[in-house]
Amino acid sequence: MDYSKKLNSKAAALKPSGIRKFFDISEQMDNVISLGVGEPDFQTPWHIRRAGIESLEGGKTRYTANRGMEPLRKEIVKYMKRRFNLTYDPNEVVVTVGGSEAIDLAVRALVEPGDEVLIPQPSFVCYEPIVTLAGGVPVTIELKSYNNFVLTPEQLESKITSKTKALVLPYPSNPTGGIMLRQDLEKIAPIIKKHDLMVISDEIYAELTFGEDRHVSIAEIPDMWERTVIVSGFSKTYSMTGWRLGYALAPEPIISLMTKIHQFAIMSAPTTSQYAAIDALKNGDNDIKKMRNEYNARRRLVVNGFNEIGLTCFEPLGAFYAFPSIKSTGLTSEEFCEKLLYSKKVAMVPGNAFGDSGEGFVRVSYCYSVEHLKEALRRTAEFVKELKDGE
Amino acid sequence: MNRELLELLEKNARYTTADLATMLGISADEVRAEIAKMQKEGLIRGFKTIIDWERLDSAYVSALIELKITPLPDLGFEDAAKKIMQYDEVESVYLMSGSYDLTVIVKGKTFQEVAMFVGKVLAPMNGVISTSTHFVLRRYKEMDVIMCGEKGDDRGSFWL
Ligand SMILES: Cc1ncc(COP(=O)(O)O)c(C=O)c1O
Repeated sequence: MDYSKKLNSKAAALKPSGIRKFFDISEQMDNVISLGVGEPDFQTPWHIRRAGIESLEGGKTRYTANRGMEPLRKEIVKYMKRRFNLTYDPNEVVVTVGGSEAIDLAVRALVEPGDEVLIPQPSFVCYEPIVTLAGGVPVTIELKSYNNFVLTPEQLESKITSKTKALVLPYPSNPTGGIMLRQDLEKIAPIIKKHDLMVISDEIYAELTFGEDRHVSIAEIPDMWERTVIVSGFSKTYSMTGWRLGYALAPEPIISLMTKIHQFAIMSAPTTSQYAAIDALKNGDNDIKKMRNEYNARRRLVVNGFNEIGLTCFEPLGAFYAFPSIKSTGLTSEEFCEKLLYSKKVAMVPGNAFGDSGEGFVRVSYCYSVEHLKEALRRTAEFVKELKDGE
Repeated sequence: MNRELLELLEKNARYTTADLATMLGISADEVRAEIAKMQKEGLIRGFKTIIDWERLDSAYVSALIELKITPLPDLGFEDAAKKIMQYDEVESVYLMSGSYDLTVIVKGKTFQEVAMFVGKVLAPMNGVISTSTHFVLRRYKEMDVIMCGEKGDDRGSFWL
């Protein structure tokens, strides 16, 4: 059978993820030290796992309400108020299968065929394909390292057309570790308002910021709440990647439509995970603090390490990634990663996997033990030195 | 007192001064000075290594002993505790709430050795009313460190 005639052409035309190749190579090798993984190394805190187990013991094995259990939506609302000073009502929340599904729902609920969606890059890889599949047109905005990968009002304005429907705002950022401060958000807000754009704000790393101030959501900026969909979840905050649980917050008409789509595609998010999540929100603030402190120590170690090696690295103030520049080596991101992998068995992700503007950088995850990170840094230093000596 | 420094040292006493300085965003001299000060003040009591002795052939036995004691006027349990802690065989001594008074962790090479210590030294001590010995059969976790199972990283299927 000629499947090419059977398969959806839009899906078939999506670019395969650029890092698949590296992943496959490193899978074949022994003793690879990876700095590639974008998920926490901590176990889900035990009390949260217990809550999941207890729900199973109590026979909570059925579907929940489509938009998520009410007690969970209430806890999400309280949490958002407590930690980010955001005001939502429980019916302005939909509980999803990870932040991933929330992004998909938001795009599908907002984007009409032909609508343009602005996507600042380098950023998480799913925005572009999701927009494309929804019939929208992804328009990338190339972020600059000299701006610490912040989205500037000039960059934003230059890409807006009469077809622009929405902006994806991916901060704190995977892969750069960049954040947008309140004053940065205040600069872009008037443009968003002037052009009547919607904002899909991916705040999945909101708890992981390391500067003076906590994360600020664009929904907190005047006039922005009504046009913002916040995407968040439990994966990164509580080390719960495998539980597949996230949520979106937005004005009720948007959440209702997202819930409608969710209801047809998913029914309801995993019940066990929802019970665990209630416990996470009620009793997890201290776990967040502990993990955050640990990430912070590793972050300083990694950033300092790369700068000492001569791979300059701006200070990432969010998420758990560093994004050092490898331009001084004269190699492309992919060459650098491939050579480093073959010669020193250290795996990193080439920056261009997150968009063309990531070229010249590599993404380093510091979701690893200090010993692991130090060994990776040692090998990387050796590699860079050998490159220089070989010249 | 630098709480963050203590938390790092509690996790791993072998972090180098340079690494601690980097991880805390302070200078190496500050780290050295802080540690020296906290040692002098008695806030830091020591640095030890957690060893899984069971992996060696050499015998290792430990036991938790519950002691009931007649408190002395004024001194309470203090006197007994301070005497007991002098013995090299004694790893830890804790004053307890509840149905007995002191927990004493005793280590030795064999069950006999530990039992003898309890029988010959602890039981006859002045004020000791009774002892109850519980031998440790397996250590699963010691000072926050998991002592069983292999270390591994089961992540890696998703890099993005
Ligand atoms: C920026 C960003 N958004 C969303 C997600 C999706 O996370 P999840 O679906 O596990 O909530 C990730 C995961 O890597 C991410 O990095």
